[in-house]
Amino acid sequence: MIFNKSTYNLILVSIFALLLSACAQKAAKIDSQIQGDVYTGTDTVEYLADGVPDRVFFATNESVLTTASRDTLRKQAAWLRKNSDINVVLEGHADERGTREYNLALGERRANAAKDYLMTYGISENRISVISYGKERPVDSGSNPLSWSKNRRSVTVKAN
Amino acid sequence: MKIIKIITLLLFITFPSKIYALIEVDITRGNLNPLPIAVSALYSDKETTETLKKELKINQIGEEISIVIENNLKATGLFNPLEKKAFLQKPDVAHLKPRFEDWSLIKAQALITGKVEFKDDKVRVEFRLWDVLAAREMLALAFTTVPNNWRRIGHIISDKIYERLTGEKGYFDTRIIYVSEAGPKTQRVKKLAIMDQDGFNTKYLTLGNELVLTPRFNPTNQMVTYLSYFKNLPRVYLLDIETGIQEVVGDFPGMTFAPRFSPDGKKIIMSFAKDGNSDIYTMDLENRIVERITNHPSIDTSPSYSPDGKFITFNSDRSGYQQIYVMKSDGSKVKRVSFGNGLYGTPVWSPRGDLIAFTKLHKGKFYIGVMRTDGTGERLLTENYYQEAPSWSPNGRVLIFYRETKSDSEGKGFSAKLWSIDLTGYNERQVITETDASDPSWSSLLSN
Repeated sequence: MIFNKSTYNLILVSIFALLLSACAQKAAKIDSQIQGDVYTGTDTVEYLADGVPDRVFFATNESVLTTASRDTLRKQAAWLRKNSDINVVLEGHADERGTREYNLALGERRANAAKDYLMTYGISENRISVISYGKERPVDSGSNPLSWSKNRRSVTVKAN
Repeated sequence: MKIIKIITLLLFITFPSKIYALIEVDITRGNLNPLPIAVSALYSDKETTETLKKELKINQIGEEISIVIENNLKATGLFNPLEKKAFLQKPDVAHLKPRFEDWSLIKAQALITGKVEFKDDKVRVEFRLWDVLAAREMLALAFTTVPNNWRRIGHIISDKIYERLTGEKGYFDTRIIYVSEAGPKTQRVKKLAIMDQDGFNTKYLTLGNELVLTPRFNPTNQMVTYLSYFKNLPRVYLLDIETGIQEVVGDFPGMTFAPRFSPDGKKIIMSFAKDGNSDIYTMDLENRIVERITNHPSIDTSPSYSPDGKFITFNSDRSGYQQIYVMKSDGSKVKRVSFGNGLYGTPVWSPRGDLIAFTKLHKGKFYIGVMRTDGTGERLLTENYYQEAPSWSPNGRVLIFYRETKSDSEGKGFSAKLWSIDLTGYNERQVITETDASDPSWSSLLSN
């Protein structure tokens, strides 16, 4: 096939434009999934019941609950109040970018932040146990900021 | 350990005299000109060779021991073992009376010769260290042990040579306990493993049914304290290596972690996490008395005693971020010592008492470094994508740690390996393990 020069350029430009828009889409996708270092997507989230997400996410080195996390935990508390025979384990986790021992403590602190919040919404301490896995059980294997943000989490798991 | 008793120091042919010693190896700086050393195969007569060949399944006992010594010396970066092919003298003749001209011709400055004999079900190994230029013997020793211990003999000889030439104790007759790893990142299977310092004689101490982390030896190397998730309750355990008996340390209503022995081996110091707050506790292994050492709403973890037992260095985020602190062993006089940029973790007090090794995280990079115990004189030895948890060689000259590699979104490319580096910042090398490995802890010298 023979192209004249302008056709050739046109093809090059359009390939370029396609590539660029793909990049932009990818960047936008990541942006929409992390806000202020906290994962806001739903890729890894499971549900304890319809509309009750099982996990909350944290910023790097933090155990502060975000507005979204508190909303999730209020839903969990409501669900727990309705299902008073169910006990839960809160599993605290950290990402892989920290020393192992400190991350064990950090995971414990995160799970307890979630526990405290459930307790202020009327869930008895007896129904909640806590375990930290530190950085030992990532849900996402990647070594990138998005993966790390999914791994900084506290997951509420049915104990019985 | 029983093995140590079997090894007896039989004779001390010459007393090493420091007055005339010509060869000196300086271990305080990175060594760009390692000392050329000739390690002759140890001589063994035909009968000994054949018997041990059958019993140990090795070709030539004397040569095998000399290779253990060679590899040990080479790994220090301080010595350059010369090619055996270039040796002119036969092992038996060299051991009796070296022709020093022949050895200086191949540029050897030191020479090691020896002899192995098999008698009454024991092996007797003798060796001599010669100063080639001064044309004299520097050291001569002999050991007797059961044949199975032949590699240890090689390590003990290496220690004696290292000590004679550097003036400091060696670290070859030692073991490393670590966590062996396998499987995908999201479901990593971890087992306790123990091996000789040079990577041989690996044994697995747990089966991998539960997650295990951070094993550390007691001062006599018979016990190990570590974290196990047995029955999904993360607790500090104690394991007797010979009997395999394990027990939980203390009766804590929550996670205990980051354990280490006190220098006298009588206590375990660790963190106990409750209600989102980790503090440091000790438990006396004789009377089971538990003492709380820190009491602060922040995370206090990774405690490590000074060798005299008077101080403890630990990791705390009480300033807002992970930093290194030092306090008296009763918990009083807490003082922050790390003030550089970045986060600091995993402090470990050196066996000499003068330094604290640590992990530093700064601008997305991980460093292994050392500082004086008051925090001054910080030196970063190595930078990488991820590495942490240094552990000191018993002579305080080398650090072993683990390093992880980056993975793609499927977890491909991930690995965890052991590495060592000299205190000088030179001689960084991978410590070969059968599987992926992390959380290494170096024993003290086994024969002492």
